[in-house]
Amino acid sequence: MAPAQKSEYRGYVHQMQKTLMVNWYERLGESALKGWPPAVCLMVSGNCIELLQAFDVLPIYPEVNALQLAIRHQSLEPIVAAEEIGYASDNCAYVKADIGAYLKGITPTGNKMPTAALILCNFVGCNTYLKWFEHVSAFTGAPMYVLDVPFLRYDKPTADDITYVVKQLKELVGLLEGITHTKFDYDRFKQAVQYSAEVESLWSEIKHLSKHSPSPFDAYFDAITLMGPLYVYRASSVGVDFFRAALQELKERVANGQGVYDEERFRIVVEGPPPYPHFKTFRDMFAKWRACTVASTYSTVGGLWEFGFRHDPENPFESVALHMIENNVTNRNYLQRYAQIERYADEWKADGVIIHFVKSCRLFSAGQGDMRDYFTKVLKRPTLYIESDLEDPRYFSEAQIRNRMDAFFESLEHQKTMANVAGE
Amino acid sequence: MRFAAGVDVGSTQTKAIIINGEKEIVARALVDTGANVTKAGENGFLEACRVANITPRDVGFVVGTGYGRYKITFGNVQMTEITCHARGAHFIFPHTRTVIDMGGQDSKAISVGHKGEVSDFVMNDKCAAGTGRFLSNAADVLGMTLDTIGPLSLTAKNPVKLTTVCTVFVEADILSHLVQGKIAEDILGGVHQAIARRTISLARRINIDPEVTVTGGVARNVGMVAALEAVLGMKLNISPDSQFTGALGAAIFALEKLGDSFESNIWREGLCK
Repeated sequence: MAPAQKSEYRGYVHQMQKTLMVNWYERLGESALKGWPPAVCLMVSGNCIELLQAFDVLPIYPEVNALQLAIRHQSLEPIVAAEEIGYASDNCAYVKADIGAYLKGITPTGNKMPTAALILCNFVGCNTYLKWFEHVSAFTGAPMYVLDVPFLRYDKPTADDITYVVKQLKELVGLLEGITHTKFDYDRFKQAVQYSAEVESLWSEIKHLSKHSPSPFDAYFDAITLMGPLYVYRASSVGVDFFRAALQELKERVANGQGVYDEERFRIVVEGPPPYPHFKTFRDMFAKWRACTVASTYSTVGGLWEFGFRHDPENPFESVALHMIENNVTNRNYLQRYAQIERYADEWKADGVIIHFVKSCRLFSAGQGDMRDYFTKVLKRPTLYIESDLEDPRYFSEAQIRNRMDAFFESLEHQKTMANVAGE
Repeated sequence: MRFAAGVDVGSTQTKAIIINGEKEIVARALVDTGANVTKAGENGFLEACRVANITPRDVGFVVGTGYGRYKITFGNVQMTEITCHARGAHFIFPHTRTVIDMGGQDSKAISVGHKGEVSDFVMNDKCAAGTGRFLSNAADVLGMTLDTIGPLSLTAKNPVKLTTVCTVFVEADILSHLVQGKIAEDILGGVHQAIARRTISLARRINIDPEVTVTGGVARNVGMVAALEAVLGMKLNISPDSQFTGALGAAIFALEKLGDSFESNIWREGLCK
């Protein structure tokens, strides 16, 4: 086998993403020092950043803070701090990292983190969030509002589901008016929703570019890089500019035939979040085999747009509700997730599926053993199942994971060789 | 004469096989892995060369496998033991469609295609239950050796039901049975049944298609084979070379990669002293 090579490209889009995220943390730091603008804590999945943007309120995403700590190898200290005050080893490691970081005053960039003016528990699929945000509220003294989003029980949300969420969003408007001392400007909200719709079209187009062979970017590892701006800046002109530039750069790579590797040997769909504390090691396990991820469910955790959904400035409240209920992967049922992966595997022409089970995430991981069986036995898709954690560095057994990954790619290589021989 | 070798550096033992151009085994070697993984690979390979009465320079291609495969510095390429066990088992028993590999510290079930390729696999690498380590701990508690516990388990009249399959807590479980006056044969019968049930439960995550071949060091234990056959309800393929299956598969890959050539021994000059 040829030696391992550099596993990623570092384009303009990566530089700009870094700048945008640093700016966001600096603005949060300023907010902490000056007490203004106010910040609101919310969940990535099915976030309603459009409403916050309409009030110039800063979002705090505890998940993003937690993963930033993990990817910088800083998550263990706050996790242990949380365990020392009673959080169990089986609790969500994002929760422990976030609570521990608060208690110890640790932030990803060293900037201070403001105390949230509101803990907005936009409860989407993950019931751990209810307790997590209750604890954040108890520790910080910030008020909490639970935006109760019904789980998607059928193929589509009912009219009552949408009405129920819209009514709560309008209650939230009143709370945001109180925090910002500003009257709600419906036109600003519509404009924010319009920006989101534009970003979503650009992002969707980017995600379809990985149908090309070679794919111009890795739709798991590189997509994660692009997800930060998607949550923080989606409802703003900054977001539109960023994703327009990203699309242009990636289109140029397609035009020039530039892939992630000098030779794209395998096309993979990945299910599940990455092991952030060992992000590079994990990526290198793909790179060794020139395996490019062409689609991933994790990149739809904040919103599922590549199959057509857009926010609608003509129906802003209803479309925000629809996004929260239907168009993010965490609020959808398992069969819908199966269908999503199957569609990726077919339309993006994948050679196999890799499922990453996250020990401390019941929401994302429960049932993934059955999912592996379904893809392997029913759909006859080569499917690999590996286990570690998204935040806790102690649950990553490198030798075992490497062994499984290598064996999986060895079998894929053998099957390709056989197919080529049969085709000759 | 062309020679190719497979070296399987496992967690407890290192196995080496040398085959000739006719795919005939000309040497086997078995050494303890110990703390120095690189040295274990070298020692196993050199011992196999000695048995074959050839020098390392005579071996045209070496494939390293097992957990220590990346430390086999004199090897040409590395492959996982999953791929190598499938290939080795298929070579010995060409109708093999399922491989159950029970090693020192993990166990695996591999679905094998018609050409010996891996079509699916599952592993237990998070828990030592169902591995050789579980058996050796049980033997230690009873003051016996690994070689004796298998035959003795076959004489069990009333196998006990173990309340744990945890390798760490099995000692306490066995002691409690001894305190209750249970005899060693019945305890060992229970130990073997518990491991067999756990292993087959793992294997059922893939389709268990016949023929089923058991590989790895645990396959030498007649009590374990009997317990597996009882749970599975079918006869299993067991080779005298079961422990060497991974190394054999690696050696076959090595011979294929060698092709018609006789050499690529620049890596092994250092071993020719």
